[in-house]
Amino acid sequence: MSGAFRIPGAGHIDRAQPLAFRFNSKSLQGCAGDTLASALLANGVHLVARSFKYHRPRGMFTAGNEEPNAIVQLERGPHTEPNLRATEIELYAGLVAASVNCFPSVDFDLGVLNRLASAILVAGFYNKTFMWPKSFWKKFYEPVLRNASGLGVAPDAPDPDIYDRLHWHCDVLVVGAGPAGLSAALEVARQGLRTVLIDEAPEPGGTLLQRPAQIGGIAGAAWAARAAAELDGLANVLVLRRTSVFGYYDHNYLMALERRTDHLGPGRAPGIARKRLWHFRAARVILATGAHERPIVFGNNDLPGIMLANAACTYATRYGVALGRRGVAFVNNDHGYALALDTQAAAGNLSLIVDARPAADPELARRAAGAGVRALQGHVIARALGGKRVRGVDIRTCAGTNAGRVECDHLLISGGISPAVHLFSQAPGTLRYDARLACFLPDRASQAVEVAGALNARLQLASALADGKAAAARTLAALGRAPAALATSAALTASSAASAGFVPPATVAATAAGTPAPGPVPDELHIEPLWSVQSLLGRKLPGKHFIDLQNDVTESDIRLAAREGFRSVEHAKRYTTTGMATDQGKTSNVTGLAILAEALGKTIPEVGTTTFRPPFTPVTFGALAGRDRGTLSDPVRITPMHAWHAANGAVFEDVGQWKRPWYFPLPGEDMQAAVARETRALRTTAGVMDATTLGKIDIRGADAAEFLNRVYTNAWTKLAVGSCRYGLMCKPDGMMMDDGVTARLAPDRFLMTTTTGNAARVLDWLEEWLQTEWPGLKVYCTSVTEQWSTVAIVGPNSRKILQALAPDMDLSNAAFPFMTFREGEVAGLRARVFRISFSGELSYEVNVPSWHGLALWQAVIDAGKAHGLTPYGTETMHVARAEKGYIIIGQETDATVTPQDLGLAWAVSTQKDFIGKRSFARVDTRRTDRKQLVGLLPRDKSFVAAEGSHLVASPARAVFDPASGSPSIGHITSSYFSPNLGSGFALALIANGRALRGQTVYCVRDAGPQPMTVGDPVFFDPEGKRRDGID
Amino acid sequence: MLRIGCPWCGEREEIEFSYGGQAHLAYPQDPHALTDEQWAQYLFMRDNPKGLLRERWVHSHGCRRWFNVERHTVTHEITAIYKPGEPPPARRA
Repeated sequence: MSGAFRIPGAGHIDRAQPLAFRFNSKSLQGCAGDTLASALLANGVHLVARSFKYHRPRGMFTAGNEEPNAIVQLERGPHTEPNLRATEIELYAGLVAASVNCFPSVDFDLGVLNRLASAILVAGFYNKTFMWPKSFWKKFYEPVLRNASGLGVAPDAPDPDIYDRLHWHCDVLVVGAGPAGLSAALEVARQGLRTVLIDEAPEPGGTLLQRPAQIGGIAGAAWAARAAAELDGLANVLVLRRTSVFGYYDHNYLMALERRTDHLGPGRAPGIARKRLWHFRAARVILATGAHERPIVFGNNDLPGIMLANAACTYATRYGVALGRRGVAFVNNDHGYALALDTQAAAGNLSLIVDARPAADPELARRAAGAGVRALQGHVIARALGGKRVRGVDIRTCAGTNAGRVECDHLLISGGISPAVHLFSQAPGTLRYDARLACFLPDRASQAVEVAGALNARLQLASALADGKAAAARTLAALGRAPAALATSAALTASSAASAGFVPPATVAATAAGTPAPGPVPDELHIEPLWSVQSLLGRKLPGKHFIDLQNDVTESDIRLAAREGFRSVEHAKRYTTTGMATDQGKTSNVTGLAILAEALGKTIPEVGTTTFRPPFTPVTFGALAGRDRGTLSDPVRITPMHAWHAANGAVFEDVGQWKRPWYFPLPGEDMQAAVARETRALRTTAGVMDATTLGKIDIRGADAAEFLNRVYTNAWTKLAVGSCRYGLMCKPDGMMMDDGVTARLAPDRFLMTTTTGNAARVLDWLEEWLQTEWPGLKVYCTSVTEQWSTVAIVGPNSRKILQALAPDMDLSNAAFPFMTFREGEVAGLRARVFRISFSGELSYEVNVPSWHGLALWQAVIDAGKAHGLTPYGTETMHVARAEKGYIIIGQETDATVTPQDLGLAWAVSTQKDFIGKRSFARVDTRRTDRKQLVGLLPRDKSFVAAEGSHLVASPARAVFDPASGSPSIGHITSSYFSPNLGSGFALALIANGRALRGQTVYCVRDAGPQPMTVGDPVFFDPEGKRRDGID
Repeated sequence: MLRIGCPWCGEREEIEFSYGGQAHLAYPQDPHALTDEQWAQYLFMRDNPKGLLRERWVHSHGCRRWFNVERHTVTHEITAIYKPGEPPPARRA
């Protein structure tokens, strides 16, 4: 026998398969078919957790996904997982679990000291306390709070499991395999439709497994098994068990998480993906997600042993577990009353039902009397008593008179139902408040979805089954598969409603002829709303009155928020943190907003619900990542020369998806030393760089020149074949978008280069204008970035090196001037050689088809040996370009910068029109105090400013003073140390900066402001003599 | 995630497409003839209806072609898809 509280003969567990497990280092035994929660309860273990804020003892409160209390840490080592609900963990042999949020143990927890401070841990305490003294935050408050927060610990080793994803298209997706979902799935599946039925439990059945039920003369559980077997046998049906639909997105796109091996234990199913993320696209969806039960708020309503009535019934019926020897139930509706009696029928341990209503349904009252359960009508429980377990309750009449104390070791509560509208609401569907049932129900859907069962307020078994059939009939009609029995009127209603984009399920259900909507009587809850016993009695009662058990939010927190002026339910939620824990308030949201409504003097519909967002239940990050881990997380682009770079010690930098050599350190060199050596070589002998990643676009067609004229700020029609030009591209608002050199290959053909990171964006931009604004232009754009490899030979010796490789090419300045290109043989390869420069030095960029890239690179390296040729990376490229004041898009520009701001007015035509030109006549772009590009030299030559640093006009302004506004006059865009200048230097954008030349500005930094002198952005060779080399 | 019917490739997942904002905002014939206000209207002002919006999409990871979509901004229901240059279909009642 596994556990002293197991009910002989009851439950759907396998007593022949005992399973040993450990909880908080204690060895216990359960059965196959148990959850961790049911196995613990079978052993009489109620205390399993400490609460988040006050560290109060907590026990199982539910039997499902809505559990707020029983959060455990499962397993150890790399398999360990925090924040799991004991009510959802299937027991397996050797399971190891532990309580969280307690020290040293759940039985004796030092965190209870928080309770002494409960006066300051009220709603919004984190906004109100820990503010002073200011210096305490970093050293004291934050470390203490970080240690105190959280629900468990993350594993400290990489996840050893594998995760998969699968995409699936279907005609009908049914969510929830309770009675409504099963009957709906059977109907559509029998019509041959591609059907998927999903349920989070190991076996379909839902409430059929949780309460005593009879369908057509057989037990509910047997009926569910038979239905599941029929569905499993159909080729057009997929039944997913242990799978939670957690998100309902646009166009009937739903995502679900399937737990494939968790029930076996870690490492017991090698090679099988632990979880599978399902992506569904469904033509129609039927939601049969059921309903959660709701608590009633009274004093100390959080003690272990206090549980929702449906949970108690589930433990007794499904798992054969009694919660104790002597139980009391506290209800305000017939549904809860019936659940209490069902529990009694299985466990026989209920002594008293406390019912806030004057009378219960007479049939139920007769059942209670027959079962020997006393019922107290018109009474409430004011307070629960006990420490680590409930041991009694204080009862009062609804008028407030004391009605004595009753001993008990567990307490069942039912304050009504909250249909699980989460997925419907995500869809997004609107909700309506049903005053008769005191709950929110689905109202208007915006997608092709039906609702059925308890979600649709069909609480009785017969009406849930009928409602599932009705939802299936509407679904079939909408798909044009109307069964003969379905009347035309229903089909018309459904399809006309669907074509309007709105399907009001409740209305459609009522009019679906052939499936008479169940009358109001069988689904009547006879509920008398009771949110809080304190407010019913109109007086303060002792004890803490919890609304949100997981986040420790009490009734007085909500009332405090209302008093402090929080009117919106969304604001009150965030201020009090109601419903913001990992359970997302499944049992607390409606109670919280009802109490807020009362405090504000509003009705519940006036206050409304907060927004339901995915995920419905927590989703493992590993499952979301799937196989996209490590090197598969993002594509890596490498150039044909990559192997040489790697073999020669390059340190790589990520530029977009490209791996580019950052610098090539020699043994013993750090980055600074390597860059200094590379920069010196570039300026004195020669350097070589792999420029393959630069974006290249082939632009062809009769109107190619006209097209470039429109997209570039400068003129292109007169550019000679064989020549190149630097071009600027702006957005219509006149802000810089990209720059690059473009060459005219033929009268009707250009080769455009773009910045490495912008290549795809520029191609998209060109296509957009060609297709949407100028479809009449005859122009075709093709990306050729990956078709060409580019080797830049740079420096005074570059001509000699290239000449050695291309003896037939006339490289003299006269024959091959700056900003031209030539085609010819280089190292025996057909090549295009561009004489352009991004360093101010004489420079040739040699392009060959990419499969020859490595051969060309090797040939250049060999030929350069005699001429001091040094490979260099992006850092040296940056130093060299910044010394010349050449901009980088995205570094000197940020979508608020015009060409004129950068001193590039020379590249902006005043004659022709182009994208963005009109904007240069706007008042804002003509302001004289716009930020302008300048150069900065530090007074202390060793100072290299941090890029992004703010600049101020005087040291006194380096301190922020709210009274005088922002003291910043600009910021540093690029900053390096230049071995050639023997000094740090920077480019900066400063308001009216060109007028400040010669003046001192101050770079703001933690160690105090640093003076820097404003000057021209060109630091090196301002006359541009070096680009022609030494002839 | 939306499911978008590219006029050339058929129904595809939204991740294959890029969004191009409100449709039917033609580049002005002569921008220089506009006042600053009119130019700013073209540059910056866009409709933001709670309801049907005609917008541009491009099949970036497919045929790379642009087209127009009429979409309900609350339900995301796509009520029309048409090629550039084609007139927008009549609004449904």
